[in-house]
Amino acid sequence: MNIAVCVKQTPDTEARIKLTEDRSQVDESDINFILNPYDEFAVEEAVKLKENNGGEVTVISLGPDRVTTAMRTALAMGADKAIHLKTDRHPDDPLVTAKALAEVLKEGNYDLIFLGKQTIDDDHNQMPSILGSLLDMPAVTVVIKLEIEGDKVKAEREIDGGHEIVECSLPAIIGAQRGLNEPRYPSLKGIMRAKKIQIEERPVTLETEQLKVASYDYPPPKEPGKIVGDSADAVPELLRLLREEAKVL
Amino acid sequence: MKILIYGEHRDGQIRKITLENITLARNLGAEFEVLFIGNAADDFKDQVAKYGAGKALFVRDEKLKTYSPDGYAKILMRVVKDRQPDVLLMGATATGKDLGPRVSALLNAPMATDCVQVEMENGQLKLVRPMYAGKVRANLEMNGQPKIVTVRPNVYQASEQPTAAQAEELSVEVPDFKAIVKEIVSGAKEKLDVTEADIIVSGGRGMKGPENWHLIEELADLLGAATGASRAAVDAGWRPHDEQVGQTGKTVSPTLYIAVGISGAIQHLAGMSSSKYIVAINKDPEAPIFKVADYGIVADLFEVVPRMIDELKKMKN
Ligand SMILES: Cc1cc2nc3c(=O)[nH]c(=O)nc-3n(C[C@H](O)[C@H](O)[C@H](O)COP(=O)(O)OP(=O)(O)OC[C@H]3O[C@@H](n4cnc5c(N)ncnc54)[C@H](O)[C@@H]3O)c2cc1C
Ligand SMILES: Nc1ncnc2c1ncn2[C@@H]1O[C@H](COP(=O)(O)O)[C@@H](O)[C@H]1O
Repeated sequence: MNIAVCVKQTPDTEARIKLTEDRSQVDESDINFILNPYDEFAVEEAVKLKENNGGEVTVISLGPDRVTTAMRTALAMGADKAIHLKTDRHPDDPLVTAKALAEVLKEGNYDLIFLGKQTIDDDHNQMPSILGSLLDMPAVTVVIKLEIEGDKVKAEREIDGGHEIVECSLPAIIGAQRGLNEPRYPSLKGIMRAKKIQIEERPVTLETEQLKVASYDYPPPKEPGKIVGDSADAVPELLRLLREEAKVL
Repeated sequence: MKILIYGEHRDGQIRKITLENITLARNLGAEFEVLFIGNAADDFKDQVAKYGAGKALFVRDEKLKTYSPDGYAKILMRVVKDRQPDVLLMGATATGKDLGPRVSALLNAPMATDCVQVEMENGQLKLVRPMYAGKVRANLEMNGQPKIVTVRPNVYQASEQPTAAQAEELSVEVPDFKAIVKEIVSGAKEKLDVTEADIIVSGGRGMKGPENWHLIEELADLLGAATGASRAAVDAGWRPHDEQVGQTGKTVSPTLYIAVGISGAIQHLAGMSSSKYIVAINKDPEAPIFKVADYGIVADLFEVVPRMIDELKKMKN
């Protein structure tokens, strides 16, 4: 099976997000970057399928030079090839990123394309769906279980308040959600192997962005709260406050 | 400004977010219509008219009784091309997040996910969306038509303002489906989803084990609340993953969030700190959850929660 995984490098979840003085950008100087957590599920599923059925896994990432570290993580987990779409920054507009990814994906003739369901920096939740339209392929998002038999795909996905089973055929796009699998830790051998793989670098021209972040703000600060008490005896007072002050009961 | 609202519905019910979006469109002073695709009931037009939507559009076809993301996207695309709205308004729900980007790509139109502020400012649409799991907020600039916007549920409250109802059946050619929903597997009981709930009671590692979760469930039942969990509780296998609140779980903004035995790690706060009121029950006064809580009780949850259940029962009688 010929499989592609699109991955993004994101700040780790612990990161405190600082803005530049003019609030036009996120200050990246103190940030520790990782492979987007959802993309770990995508890589794991791709590598597992390759191990069971044979084939090849190609990692694709668009972004500045630093993203190759995340690509190395994916290679160390077992991916075979890597294509870096080199830009000076991550575009604000996911459609622009998607169009550049779609170009490369078209060329590769992949049977399966894995992505994470969402990045944890932009939080767009868009890429798997967008690529479905751009590549005119079935795309199943927020997938927690995947079965492939021949060219038939059966995927279980999360919806609000439940799950649904979606069927389609290959080639297909899958957006991975937590629960799909347990991502492996790269082994020492995997890390050594990854070091020897040459990441193919490709220049890209990005289209004009229709969505831009004009500026950022910090969320409105919260007023300091009230400790109502230090035992269960505080419960009646708590309920009174919720009823009369907050008016939520 | 002309807005097309995607009317989300399930099991014969219009979902709350649709009424919230109608109220929002009304308050923006826009001209707007609501579109229902699929198995919609005739009286949906009366239901939305109660909230001020004078025009309900229907696309109905036997084939549309099963959901297909690509199929629905193509239909939505065709309706948008036909009606030419400036804005396509959807909910930042599982459906909106799945469908919106597909339409965005089909129309080459920009899309903003999960907006928490949608306002008119000097004749321009002002959009704000959280990024980095709510650690910052982005003020957006959008060019292109239509602008596709999904709005976070529960941010705008639905309010009634009755108007006369009108319906129009649209005939749209139904495309071939690539992916089809075969089956809907709902939660054990018809569970209220955390993203939609007004009140959420969430439990963490402090609950000690799944055998104590009846406390969370009973409290939630009394409050008409959904149940949530920290990742520690999910990872331990005490709770299903779809209950997880936080950076790698669900983002919620209920009116009231009650955190029971949850420390308030940065990844948890990311998913719930935009709740209107936060109550924390934790025996550690230094727990970071108290930094975001409006009301806190520093005590053993196994004493506090049963007492809350008792007092609420008393209130009910
Ligand atoms: C990549 C990544 C992503 C993550 N994503 C998420 C996420 O989406 N959501 C999330 O929640 N976490 C997430 N986490 C995990 C997060 O860092 C914390 O580990 C987790 O939130 C802790 O859960 P907790 O508060 O239930 O447990 P703990 O931190 O162990 O806290 C338990 C609390 O219960 C209190 N307690 C114990 N006993 C009692 C008692 N009898 N009465 C009252 N209080 C009591 C303790 O004082 C303590 O404060 C993520 C971590 C990583 C690395
Ligand atoms: N710059 C990028 N390069 C490669 N893949 C990406 C990029 N941005 C997003 N993705 C993929 O798309 C998924 C969803 O991202 P998003 O729609 O931005 O939330 C991610 O989990 C990645 O798999």
